[in-house]
Amino acid sequence: MSRPPAVTLQVSEDAESDGQEPSPCNEGALHTSFRQLIQEQSSLAEAAAALELQVQAGGREPPEPWPAGWPAPEQDQERAGYSAATLRVLASMPSRTIGRSRGAIISQYCNRTARLRRRGSRPPLQQLSRAARPSLRQHRPDTDPAAATLQEKRSLLVKELLSLSPAQRGHVLLSVPLCLAEKRTLRQELMGQRGSPGEGARRGAPFSPCSRLEYHVMLGCRGLWYGLLSLLPAAQPWHRSLKQIGSRFGSSVLSYFLFLKTLLMFNVVLFLLLLVFVVALQAAYPPAPASRRPFTGLELLTGAGYFTHSLLYYGYYSNGTLNEPCAARPNCSAAAPPLPYNMPLAYVFTVGVSFFLTCILLVYSMSRSFGESYRVGGPAGDLAIKVFCAWDFKVVRRRWAKLQSENIRTQLKELLAERRSRCRPRSPRRQLERVAVHLLAWGLSLGTVLGCVVAVHYFSGHLHAVQQGAQARAGSAWRREAVPLALPLLVALMHAAVPHLYNVLAAWEEWDSPVREVYVAVCRNLLLKMVVLGLLCYQWLSRGGVCSSEACWETCVGQDLYRFVVMDFIFTLLDTVFGELLWRLVLEKRLKRRQRPEFDIARNVLELIYGQTLTWLGVLFSPLLPAVQIVKLLLLFYIKKTSLMQNCQSPSKPWQASHMSTVFITLLCFPSFLGAAIFLSYTVWSVKPSESCGPFQGMETIYESGKTWVNLLEKSNPNITWFTWIHQYLVENTFFLFLVSGGLLW
Amino acid sequence: MGNKQTIFTDEQLDAYQDCTFFTRKEILRMTHQKGMPFPCPKLHGRYHEMAPNVVPMDYTKDPDVKLPMQLIINMPELKENPFKERIVESFSEDGEGSLSFNDFVDMFSVLSEMAPRELKAIYAFKIYDFNTDNFICKSDLEKTLNKLTREELTAEEITLVCEKVIEEADMDGDGKLGFADFENMISKAPDFLSTFHIRI
Repeated sequence: MSRPPAVTLQVSEDAESDGQEPSPCNEGALHTSFRQLIQEQSSLAEAAAALELQVQAGGREPPEPWPAGWPAPEQDQERAGYSAATLRVLASMPSRTIGRSRGAIISQYCNRTARLRRRGSRPPLQQLSRAARPSLRQHRPDTDPAAATLQEKRSLLVKELLSLSPAQRGHVLLSVPLCLAEKRTLRQELMGQRGSPGEGARRGAPFSPCSRLEYHVMLGCRGLWYGLLSLLPAAQPWHRSLKQIGSRFGSSVLSYFLFLKTLLMFNVVLFLLLLVFVVALQAAYPPAPASRRPFTGLELLTGAGYFTHSLLYYGYYSNGTLNEPCAARPNCSAAAPPLPYNMPLAYVFTVGVSFFLTCILLVYSMSRSFGESYRVGGPAGDLAIKVFCAWDFKVVRRRWAKLQSENIRTQLKELLAERRSRCRPRSPRRQLERVAVHLLAWGLSLGTVLGCVVAVHYFSGHLHAVQQGAQARAGSAWRREAVPLALPLLVALMHAAVPHLYNVLAAWEEWDSPVREVYVAVCRNLLLKMVVLGLLCYQWLSRGGVCSSEACWETCVGQDLYRFVVMDFIFTLLDTVFGELLWRLVLEKRLKRRQRPEFDIARNVLELIYGQTLTWLGVLFSPLLPAVQIVKLLLLFYIKKTSLMQNCQSPSKPWQASHMSTVFITLLCFPSFLGAAIFLSYTVWSVKPSESCGPFQGMETIYESGKTWVNLLEKSNPNITWFTWIHQYLVENTFFLFLVSGGLLW
Repeated sequence: MGNKQTIFTDEQLDAYQDCTFFTRKEILRMTHQKGMPFPCPKLHGRYHEMAPNVVPMDYTKDPDVKLPMQLIINMPELKENPFKERIVESFSEDGEGSLSFNDFVDMFSVLSEMAPRELKAIYAFKIYDFNTDNFICKSDLEKTLNKLTREELTAEEITLVCEKVIEEADMDGDGKLGFADFENMISKAPDFLSTFHIRI
């Protein structure tokens, strides 16, 4: 008489575990007849479900050692007896037994392989036994695995395995969760059975020479691939610094540094393209040397002076074909010249292609970031995953283990804080108050933005007047150089001061959810920056500002942008020094507080986005500007990291940063890159280039160079009219362009 | 390799290769030659050097030798792991934590890169089930959290986290996580395969 197990049967489990069975009936709906059984059993205490099979085997198999901690079989004696058949059926159906006993696993895998074998074909109707419960149809007593001993179960499994293909057999052998000794026994039996003349030998088991060679090759490739993958983190720059930052300050601060790294990558791509196709070639064929002013240190700040007639700006680039054939030049050898290089075309195409590539990279980053942050089904499920999957088992060194432990703790606290802040009810009167406060705060911030814009406009007009006056008076060179610096200085001051005002506003508003507070702060700051930049762009293009009187206005605009970039960097440095270092010293020494200043993530990220927008705006006018931005970003990384480690603490209101990276990349794409692309398109399509300098001298628009080239092509070779047709009807047709860009974004 | 190894028979090596995710080389000790700058003993070598007096060099007869848990958890790969005892217990046949060579290989095979997700999920469930009752209940979760954070979360936070985890992952509403719940949750985790991996 078998001793009854204590199995708790649950309906949902049955439906789920037997999902692959070719039974036509819905298992879930049928188990109403089991309800009484379930009720009886659920009143019993939980025990290891696998015991029933061991128990039934009784003394016929070699005694297996009882795992420590499991209830001994004697305890089950007093439980009420159920019929053996019912128990057998129950025991083989739910797959709760996930590895507690050998017998259970073997039976389970026997069933699974049987199902695998039967999957292609349904059993013919005549063979189905007409039992009332469809799930019993496949459980015929003679082949019922649950009734067998361990040895019999093993042979059953072996029999099932032999009917599979060699690949499937190997796969099952590898993935069955049995101990190694048992697997070897199985394998031995497989080999033994296969050795006898019959199906096994003919099927070509996985142990045959050919497939073994394949197997080795596959293993070799796999090993190589994993070796490469393991090298990849080591090849990534700043991998260790980022890990350090992440484990000490949490993922939110880390997202800033990751964003910086992404921007660096974008700039490197941009710079490399421009270097190879535009800058290097122009450097190899320099134009006629203009009067060069001597190099003073001020050029690094103003971008003028020595730099005016250099590779840095648009004006340096020639408007003709580099390396022209001999006839054009008076003294050159009669040797055949290499291919001529059309500089204007190269210039406009390279800028266009680099923007296109940046667009694709941005969209790809955005989609990947969305995918990562929303893959886990939103915030639900995060906590469980964090608990079970966060510990990296590869961590071997004590220090890193400690850091990892801290990191996990910080992340768990972040998640908890976020959950906690989600549920808090409020009274209607209080809600109305809050709405009024929010409206007022928004009104104030918009007012500030307007004020700043008006200030910039009038100041720029004033500067223009001053500069004209200074030129007329032929004042000191220093004064002439310093005047153009005033506008970038004002704008940078505004960008440094106004966010603090916004912080004050946010503190007054008292946001509940830290995430929403950050988003609103980001919106406000972004609005300020973008509106001011928009005004400046308008001034540059309409030539109403400082550059209107220059002969080579593009170089002037390029210089202006260079100044803005440099000023932005200087003010970031000052902000780090004053905001973080000095403030910490003040807090510690004067006010004697242990609290360190917090790292303001939103403001720092916006500064990065602003700097990148300036770079993108200036690429057409100053092809080496991405190089300046690269240097700036590199320096910024180390400065920010050092300041962070020495002076700051992790944010006191920990908020989840998994969505912030997505937000940052989206902000980079939409106002920032899109604005720069619009600016570039407008410049290329509609603005008249200057007459006396640059690759597009004398043309109506920059775009005309492309059109001219197409016409030339047509003239030279009438056979490629299809190309001009494409050009005329597709590229020039703006509607089609909109469609394409819409499709790309989709 | 200069001389023919005599630790395992060819048949045994084939069996290891077919039943685990390791190759023959990885099972054996790699250096018999003199003059190799870095001896990098693989599985048998590592197993042997933990207790050279006990573990025989000749495994052709499948000797029944087990190493106790204390030796295994001092391995550098496991030393800093908060779950090292549970890992070793889950793979030991007797449940006490002593591993034979087969168990040792099995452990590192499942924890290697090539083991499939389902297999890893099964053993991960075993590891996190501290009281081995086939469920991850609240006390198991508390122990897991304490080990993860080195007991630096407050008791209130631990209770809160345990409640939230069970709330999130428990599908059948029995107040604890069965294997189905666990596997379902793991399937949503993108980095489970990369974190549940020990390289030897």
